[in-house]
Amino acid sequence: MATPAGKPVPVPTRETQPYWEGCRKHELRIQKCVACGHYQFYPRLYCTACMSEQVEWVRASGRGKVLSFTIVYRPVSPAFAADVPYVVALVTLEEGPQMMCNIVGCPPEQVYIGMPVQVTFEDRTEEISIPHFTPV
Amino acid sequence: MESLRGAVAIVGAADTEVGVVPHLSATQLYVKAAKLALEDAGITKDQVDGLITCNSFVEPYLYHAEMIAEYMQIFPRYCLNVATGGGTTLAIMHHAASAIATGICHTVLITMADNMLSGLSRDKAIEVMSTAGHAQFERPYGPPIPAFYALLAQAHMHAYGTTSEQFAAVAVACRKHAALNPAAQMRQPITIEDVLNSKMIAYPLHLLDCSLVSDGGAAIVMTAAERARDFRKKPVYILGVGEGHSHEHISQARSLTTSAAKEAGERAYAMAGVGPQDVDVAELYDCFTPVVIIELEDLGFCPKGEGGRFVEGGRIELGGVLPVNTHGGLMSHCHPGHPGSLFSVTEAVRQLRGECGPRQVDGAEIALVHGQGGIMSTHCTMILAKERS
Repeated sequence: MATPAGKPVPVPTRETQPYWEGCRKHELRIQKCVACGHYQFYPRLYCTACMSEQVEWVRASGRGKVLSFTIVYRPVSPAFAADVPYVVALVTLEEGPQMMCNIVGCPPEQVYIGMPVQVTFEDRTEEISIPHFTPV
Repeated sequence: MESLRGAVAIVGAADTEVGVVPHLSATQLYVKAAKLALEDAGITKDQVDGLITCNSFVEPYLYHAEMIAEYMQIFPRYCLNVATGGGTTLAIMHHAASAIATGICHTVLITMADNMLSGLSRDKAIEVMSTAGHAQFERPYGPPIPAFYALLAQAHMHAYGTTSEQFAAVAVACRKHAALNPAAQMRQPITIEDVLNSKMIAYPLHLLDCSLVSDGGAAIVMTAAERARDFRKKPVYILGVGEGHSHEHISQARSLTTSAAKEAGERAYAMAGVGPQDVDVAELYDCFTPVVIIELEDLGFCPKGEGGRFVEGGRIELGGVLPVNTHGGLMSHCHPGHPGSLFSVTEAVRQLRGECGPRQVDGAEIALVHGQGGIMSTHCTMILAKERS
């Protein structure tokens, strides 16, 4: 799926539905293993540390640090042309898992590896909100 | 069968014309490459009993290898279509060598091609390839392929102080070699300043840190070492091969600075019974300049973190300690997508046969070829040699 302008809109699956429902409520959800306490993202049928199927959804603190980032000058498609230059980053969440995001709310040149960030949400459509991160 | 060491040889290798080839369709490039490789081997298509291909982005088929067999009217007993991105070539050869060594088939033709440039256009090719990103957890953020690799580059710079000038040295070396290769798509020599002054694509990667978008095809013929002397040219033997697989999506990578090239290389060296110090020429996957630096480290040519310094001062150029990408690589020879690393194999074969003219590495006895696919996801290393043992 895509927005009218052509930006990708995720299509939730049975497995990822709780994550996207959380995003819609501007709440970042990850999985926690009941058996061993391991946190994971993206969502999976079982814990990748101990393979227990007792994984529950928890609300992440939403805080993390920039693991790496890039500033995109040549957009992937015309849908992102208006955003150039934009930051694509990997963030390590306080709980451990890492995820891709855009860093928003500051000039791209102010982003650095190790920068503390917190989650914020973009309502891309009426049903889908996308998590981004912004400097603390 | 305890090891594939020295069990299988490459007896035919050829490239089609590459670069901008609007007069041949993707499928035609596959079968043209196949014909040239059979001619190089001095055999007819009826002698092929194994066929392996990878699919085309431009003209895909549900059963691609069967489609190429049907088109050529060959009737193999082993027919396989494999896709592990840019690492496909080496992985395919690993499968082929195993099939030959276990007697599933005797003579395998591997052909790979695409016309990303003429068949898709540069913009469309860039958009299509970005579908490598995870549909739900990566693509919504608009990362083009260079952005994925820029994440690795930045992490390496941060951890080890690697510089943009060092990345650029890789592009300069590839172009220097391409200038000596009449087949290469881009032959005008460039300098480090040219790379740094080229358009910024995804910081810290400039346009000239990125590989080409091309048309082209390549093919090889493989058979058992005992039969290899019956072919037209001197065989090139597979001494060692190893794979490593760490993730599909870069956001799930266990490390941004050390790749599964480390395991692939260790496995290949162990089988071959040689080490990095024995390698005369290396053909390394160079979709973006930082990849070569990470591969040089992970394949043991220098300690982790020293890759940036290793590529300085012409050390990876002809005449340097380790000539890398003597045909020009994906940077300057051509990059038609999946087939990219097969051109590294055909070049390594030519180097070991001594057919490379002005770009020949003197006395090349052992070549290392490395392919990676996805976003530093799938890795395969192969050690090729002039002599069987």
